[in-house]
This record gives sequence, structure tokens and C-alpha cells, in this order.
Amino acid sequence: MNDQTLTPEERAANLKGMGSSRKRVEDVRFTQGKGNYVDDIKLDGMLFGAFVRSPYAHARVVNVNKDAALAVPGVVAVLTAEDLSPLGLHWMPTLAGDKQMVLADGKVLFQGQEVAYVVAEDRYIAADAAELVEVDYEELPVLTDPFEALKSDVVLREDLEGQTEGAHGPRKHHNHIFTWEQGDKDATEAILAEADVVAEEMIYYHRTHPCPLETCGCVASMDKVTGKLTLHGTFQAPHAIRTVVSLISGIAEHNIRVISPDIGGGFGNKVGAYAGYVCSVVASIVTGRPVKWVENRMENLMSTAFARDYWMQGKIAATKDGKITGLWCHTTADHGGFDACADPTKFPAGFMNICTGSYDIPTAYLAVDGVYTNKAPGGVAYRCSFRVTEAAYFIERMIEVLAIKLNMDAAELRRINFIKADQFPYQSALGWEYDSGDYHTAWDKALKAVDYEGLRAEQAQQIEDFKAGKTRKLLGIGLTHFTEIVGAGPVKNCDILGLGMFDSCEIRIHPTGSAIARLGTISQGQGHATTFAQIIASEIGLPADDITLEEGDTDTAPYGLGTYGSRSTPVAGAATAMAARKIRAKAQMIAAYLLEVHDDDVEWDVDRFAVKGAPERFKTMKEIAFAAYNQAIPGLEPGLEAVSYYDPPNMTYPFGAYICVMEIDVDTGEWDVRKFYALDDCGTRINPMIIEGQVHGGVTEALAIAMGQEIAYDEMGNVKTATLMDFFIPTAWETPNYTTDHTVTPSPHHPIGAKGVGESPNVGGVPAFSNAVHDAFRPFGLVQSHMPHDHWRIWRIANGLGMHG
Amino acid sequence: MIPAGFEYHRPGDIASAIGILQQHGDEARVIAGGHSLIPMMKLRMAEMGHLVDLQAIDELKGIEVGADTVSLGAMVTQHELITHDGLASAIPLIREAALQIADPQVRYMGTVGGNVANGDPGNDMPGLMQCLNATFDLSGPDGNRSVAARDFYEAAYFTARDDEEILTRISIPVPGAGVGQAYEKQKRKIGDYATAAAAVMVGNGQASVAMTNLADTPIWSDAASAALAAGNVDACVAAMLDAIDPVEDNRGPVEFKKHVAAVMLRRAIARAQSRAS
Repeated sequence: MNDQTLTPEERAANLKGMGSSRKRVEDVRFTQGKGNYVDDIKLDGMLFGAFVRSPYAHARVVNVNKDAALAVPGVVAVLTAEDLSPLGLHWMPTLAGDKQMVLADGKVLFQGQEVAYVVAEDRYIAADAAELVEVDYEELPVLTDPFEALKSDVVLREDLEGQTEGAHGPRKHHNHIFTWEQGDKDATEAILAEADVVAEEMIYYHRTHPCPLETCGCVASMDKVTGKLTLHGTFQAPHAIRTVVSLISGIAEHNIRVISPDIGGGFGNKVGAYAGYVCSVVASIVTGRPVKWVENRMENLMSTAFARDYWMQGKIAATKDGKITGLWCHTTADHGGFDACADPTKFPAGFMNICTGSYDIPTAYLAVDGVYTNKAPGGVAYRCSFRVTEAAYFIERMIEVLAIKLNMDAAELRRINFIKADQFPYQSALGWEYDSGDYHTAWDKALKAVDYEGLRAEQAQQIEDFKAGKTRKLLGIGLTHFTEIVGAGPVKNCDILGLGMFDSCEIRIHPTGSAIARLGTISQGQGHATTFAQIIASEIGLPADDITLEEGDTDTAPYGLGTYGSRSTPVAGAATAMAARKIRAKAQMIAAYLLEVHDDDVEWDVDRFAVKGAPERFKTMKEIAFAAYNQAIPGLEPGLEAVSYYDPPNMTYPFGAYICVMEIDVDTGEWDVRKFYALDDCGTRINPMIIEGQVHGGVTEALAIAMGQEIAYDEMGNVKTATLMDFFIPTAWETPNYTTDHTVTPSPHHPIGAKGVGESPNVGGVPAFSNAVHDAFRPFGLVQSHMPHDHWRIWRIANGLGMHG
Repeated sequence: MIPAGFEYHRPGDIASAIGILQQHGDEARVIAGGHSLIPMMKLRMAEMGHLVDLQAIDELKGIEVGADTVSLGAMVTQHELITHDGLASAIPLIREAALQIADPQVRYMGTVGGNVANGDPGNDMPGLMQCLNATFDLSGPDGNRSVAARDFYEAAYFTARDDEEILTRISIPVPGAGVGQAYEKQKRKIGDYATAAAAVMVGNGQASVAMTNLADTPIWSDAASAALAAGNVDACVAAMLDAIDPVEDNRGPVEFKKHVAAVMLRRAIARAQSRAS
């Protein structure tokens, strides 16, 4: 190949490196139905597991009779807590320092809880036999309200009775889990007491669910000859799962191979460990045959990890002219029956302390009380970093509430309180160091792009028309400026069960100049095979198309903590760049040897090293790669490969400005998103097309959450929204058109300046939609109305404001 | 999401189908498009030993558009209702309503007969057929009979159809020229049942008004229809609000549903009136 005639720009373009909207290599198989998901895995002699689940939210399990189920031809085993208890596996540790029943041990704490596990020759027999397991329940009083739970005499967790100390400090009540405090309480309360203006409001972020297209599942296969357990599963953190399985099962870690195949969406739902995994492993050990378990949609919605359910009481203090002086927040966090939150261990409320948002708030205080109730456990980061969506929703609602109190324009209120570009790195009152940002530039660009002044004029006209009886529709302009904290994270303060949250990449260059890279992360649709190859392409000058990327097999990939919390690009992406730079450093020595000059006399030029001052004398990376394998180079080992384990010095802080323009019918509660503008600053942009796709997907999930999606319970603890008839997943019909935009403020500490983007649109989208609803009714007196803003709840706002005559 | 076991039958004519129903009594159910029954079976809320698939029975197919009457075979799909030009010009209301049912994939499979015969208050076609004053033809061991749509629905999932009868065809009088028609439906999302839906015909001094998913049966109101025929929209709406009996569910509380029912009805009336000549 003669590329000497190409300009450096043309050579760079041919690499399809960073900045290229390279098409997703994964889509070749996904769009042809050739993906390989857990349920596609078929092993010889494979059995199927199915759960018997509790119909009650709180009950004693008096007796489990397996006889009828065991009598069904093809049923191999029925497991209960009694069977697991000799192995010590009837309970398992949670990621949050609590423990959780694998199978009901004397009682059940939420509807849908696993009571027995039926193993059969096929999934039909398993389902039939599960119906035949007879369970005697004795119903107990149900607590679905966390505030009631903290007052109730009813003890939910009898196993913890008398334990006044939990994993995160003192427990104040038998249904209390932890209190987590950040910031300066006394100083904040002093500011509140003396402030010109204090706005106070309860902001509820309702319980919802990640609901990935593919539900959770696994295939456990214990080879009794080799003693090796292979566990295929829908794991967002395969390496951590291997370690956890080893610790709780006693199987040596080298004898466990965890494989995450293609994963059909995770959104946090697939971070934790579930009863299905444990029971499948046990069943495979007992039977000596592979055992598959795949939950159905109702099981997924009812029992595997929910998200949010935060009651956030807020107070925000400001001067008369709108300068914010203090922020106070007390959150009551409903964790359900077990604390199975997926957060870094030292952060029981995740990074909720990012709740000062994009604003320069000098003094703040946050307290979070975790509470047990009769609901499913979880509390995962649903397309957001840990509790960051809750934090962003809280502050973006409080800003709006303050704007109402001050009778100020909410865009202007934000502008005068933004952290200024010259304040970065910025130390927040609740303990974070924001790496970089330029909020004013982004904000002004966004307001200009949507013609904010024009929109306000149009809104004013529509209000006049409404009052004159000419229309029954209102216009809402939903503003949001969010700041995320992603990329967990520095090992010094971020770990999960003691495992530091670094990540890794190993790159091997083949003799002919192609490569394979393996990472500790796992794509669930994010397009890692596309984007990480682009990082390598730009760093070492080999075309992205010539780089294979592999993740998810713990026998081959280097150890890492997985993919969630937008950590793949900030952490594993950094490891990828660092590993590539190690290769480039060695390549430089090889090039210098081949060109017969000193190492320092060659310089990097897109895809080659050239002699300084003599660019016609060069060695391409392909030539260097071949030399690494076919020449004895003095002082250098043969081969060309590198591995990097990257411990980030800080989190990254992506931000963005989102504006939603929504029309609302006050008579029916129906809404129509007329415009949605999303400006994201995720630092360096690796693949603009994938970023755009991430924004579209994330804003659509935000739309779902804000406008209708919820896990709702009745007073008996029955899940009212356990099917997709009632659990809102937008189709193309409900999904609005999005306008995406960006600014670029690189992260100063990340090797390529990238910050992560997958979760920004959910974090920014939810308050943008919700604020649009609130803004439409603001002229008529609305201050706060809880999500989801489905038709009847919007109608209720209008009705409460006397708009129905 | 795995149904209990069952025997599957696919008879080739109505007589054979009735024979299977007779043989197995309440152990047997007919299945048309399956979009109501199969989910119930997967949830194990419906279990039956014998499933009688009607798709091979030619007598249950076809759309016939006559000068005065339209005849729909029970196995006609919603998709066929939408794409049949003659039907669209004879009774445009059917196409307008069918387009608001579920999504294209469901409409390829879902049938008009299954929709009207199942007695699900959420289904759109029962209220529509009451508005159109359709007649349902039933075949059973004792021969054939016809029941007016307005007399067919007794309670949720209970109808005038006997267990051993099969709904075979639907006959609909073609509304006269000048009759305006409209179907107005509020739903939470594509694929959802109605929060409230209204079917309205008005013109030539006559009117017919029916509503969907606001009681345990579709509601056709004689009083509301008469009021509208007399040109009194307010009295029509008042009479209909008297007749409906919505219950609270995830779509909202009773008060909201009544409010939306009135809004849907008024919108349907306004649109139907604008189409009347």
C-alpha cells in the first residue's frame, strides 16, 4: 500500500479514529439477528430453572410442600431455603453491605420474592411444576410507605433485630438502614435562618425500573471432571461477579469462568447479584448438568433491581436578587426489603452529594436516611451514575421553586448562580472537585438555539389566548442545566465489596499490523467495540477496522469493574489510551532502530514515526509491528503488546443544557413535545454518531420516566405496573424529535479528555420534561407536582388549579 | 409467561368446531387472533384443555359490502378492515376506529370477531358495533341465531353467546348518506386500551352514541343518542355521563375518567357533525 501521497489529514481520516462517526461494528450482527445472548446459549443436557414467587408483600412462610411438583415427570429438583442453608447459600451478601435471602427463609418481604426454585428438563415442565409447589403463607402487616415504616412497630427484618449498628453506621429504628450525612449542617441551617429568601419543597422522584429489552438470566455449568464452573450471564460486571461467586460459594476463583455474552441493555439492572444466579449455580453443582434461568418480563419488573424512590425534602436560601447562599436536603430513601443498592461501598446514597448541581453554592448539607419497606430491593443507577439523576432532579426542581419564590426567570436565576469557567477545578460544598466546565457558554448557546426570548413571548401569548377562551392548551418551557459525576472511580474512595474501581485494557498488536484489545468492561449496547478501537486507532496509528475488541470473558480479559455509571470511557477508555501509549513508546524505539537514529530523533506522525526534519524517512506502525516479531532488536523483547490498569485521579463531570418545549391539553392531560434541544459537553468526543445515539436513547428513557413510567404498589404491596401495558416504554410514536448539540470542555485529568456521555441524557432529560410540565402551569400557581406526569396526574394539576370551570 | 398445557384443534368448518366445543364443554375455547386469550393463558389467568383455532374456516372470512348491509366474517383482521376500500367508503367509522387499535403487528393478527366476542370492556369494536347497531350471527348445536350488539354484552367477559356457540359474522346496516361519523379515543400510549373512547354517528335527524372502557360493558345510551338526534349536545353528554360507570385503575381515578369521557364525546360529536351534510 503506497500512502506516501496522502496528506496527514487523509491518513488520519483513514484510521477512523477519535472524532470519526464510524458506523457501529456490532450492528452487523445485531441487525441480522445474529447476536448471541444468554438465552441463545444451549449446552448439552441443559436443565431449566423457574421460581415460585410470593404473591404476598409480607408474610410468614409456614410450609413449602414440594411433593406435587416433584411428582411431575421431568422435574429434577425443587430447592428451598432449607436445601441451601447447609451450604450457607440461603442468604447472600448485597453490594450495599446488607444481606438478602436467596430463597425465602421463614418469611417474605416483597411481592415476587423468590420462595422455591424448580429445576426441570425443559422450561415448560419447570413452569408447570412451579405452579404445583404448595406454599402456606401467614399474612403480615404490609409497609409500603417509608415514613410509616420508620414509625411502625412492625419489624420487617427480624434477622437484624437488636442490631443497632448497620453497614453504614447507627440504625435509629428497626426499619431504618442508615443515615448518611455530607456537608455542614450547622452552617447551612444558620444561613437558612438569616437568608433573605428560603424556598422549601418536597421533591419526590418515584420508583421506576430500568426494564432492559433483555431480562436477566444465566446459564451455570459445573464440570465435575475439571471442577470448573462456567457461568454465562447478563452481567454488567463479569469480573466482580466471578470474585463474588468465589467468595460466597467457596469455589476457587481460578476455577470460575464468568462470561457475559451479548447483553440486550443493562441500564443498571444487571449490576447486582440475583437469586437466580445463586440457585442456578447450586442446581448445576447438585445435578452436574448445565442449568439455565431466564426471568420473564413480569419477574424482571417485580423483583430485579428498581431505581429511584427518593423523597427529597429541600430548602434553598438566596439573597433578594437571586444569589444562592445555601442548600439543605433531607432524603428519605425507600430501599425495599433488603438494601441491595448498587453503589460504591463507601457511598450508601451514591453520589447524591452532587446535588449542588451546576451552581456555586457556598454552603450545603445533605442527609439521607435509608429505610426498609415491603417492596422489591434494588436502588440501582438506571442510566445514570449512582443517584445522580435523583440529585440533578432535586436541584433542577429546587432552582425552579426558588425562581417562583423570587418571581424571577429561571434561565436568568441559573445564569447568575453557575460556577464560572475560571473557578475550575471547583471544590463543591459537599465534597467534590469538579474537573472542568464552561456552563455559561453552553447555557447561552442553548438559549440562543431555541430562541428562548421568542418562546417566552409565544408562551405569554398562549396564556392570553387561554384566558380569553381561545385555546385549551398551555405551553411549557422546561429548562435544565445538569452536572454529572461519572467515571467511578478513584480507588482511594471508590470500591465495591473492597474491589477498587479501576479498569483495564490489554492490547496485542499482531505481526501484520492488526490488533486485538480486551477490556475489563462489558458493552450492553454502548458500542465499545466501535469506540474503543477508535481510541487505539488514534493513539497508535492502526486503522480502527483492523482492531478487534473483546470484553466479558474473565478467562481472557483483564480484571475490571465493569460497565455502569458512565465509567467505561472515563476509566477503561483511559486505560485503553494508556496501554496504547505504552505500545507507541516501544514502537518508537523499534522505529528508531530501523531508521538507524536515536530514539529521540524520531517523531510521531499520525500512523508512523518519522525522522525529525526528514519526514520522508519513516516507518509506519504496520512496518514497526512486523519488525517487532521478525527482528532481534538489541535491548528490546520481541512482540508488541501492553496492558494498563488505570486508577483515575478524579471522577469526570460531564454537563449539559437541555430545553424541552411541551404543549399540554388541560382537559385531557395529554402532552406533546414540540421541541427538545440537548446540548451535551462530554469533553473529547470519540464517535459523534454514537454520542448522538446515546443522547436519543437516554432522552427517550427520560421521557418515559418523567411522563408515565413507574413501579407502583397498592396498599397491600401488590405491584400495579408489572406488565408493559402499564409500565410505559415509549414506542416510535411517543418519541419526539430531538435536536442535539455540543460544546467541548475536555477533562484535564483524562488521557484523552473524554468524560462519558451515556447517562447524561437521562440525568438532564428527566428534569427538562418535568420542568416543562411545571412551567406550563406556573402562571396559574403551580409550585410542585410529583412525577410521573401521566395524563391523569396532569389533569389533576389543572383540576386543582380550578382550570376545569 | 408459559401457558399450561393444552390440546390444539384446527377444524376446517363451523360444524366441526362446534362439535369440538360440544365434546369438551367448558374445557374448550375458540381462538381467533389470540391477542386477548394468549396473554391471559401466559399469565395462567385462563387455562383450558382444548384450544379450537378458527383460522382454517373459510366461512368465517371475508368482507361483503352491500347497498344496505356490510357483512364481516368473524376472522377478518383489523388490518383487513383498514385496507378494504369498499368498507372505508361504506362505513368510514370502522377504519377510523380500527386504526386506533393497538399497533400494526397486533392488527395483522387481531380479528373483529375475537374483539367483539371476548367481552373485554377495553376492546374498541364492541362499542363501535353498538353505535353502528350491528347484529352478531351465532352458530351453535341448536342452529343459528342473531343477537343485536346492543343486547350482547352482560358484564366483563360475559355475553349472550353460549359456551358452545361461535360468533360467525357481523352484519352492519350502512348508515345513510349524510350521516357523519367519528371515533375519538384517548389512550396513554400506542398499544393501550382506551382511557375513554367515543363512537358517534349523527345526521338526517338521527344519532347514535356509544362509549368504550368506561363500565364493565360498552355503553350505548338511548337517551344520549336521542338528545344528540334532537341537537342537544349538552343533554347528550349528560345522559352518557349518567350511563357510564368507570372504575379507578392505572389510567386514573373515576373523576378524571368521567371528565375525559365528556371531552372525548364532545370531540367525537363535533367531528361527526362536521362530517354530516
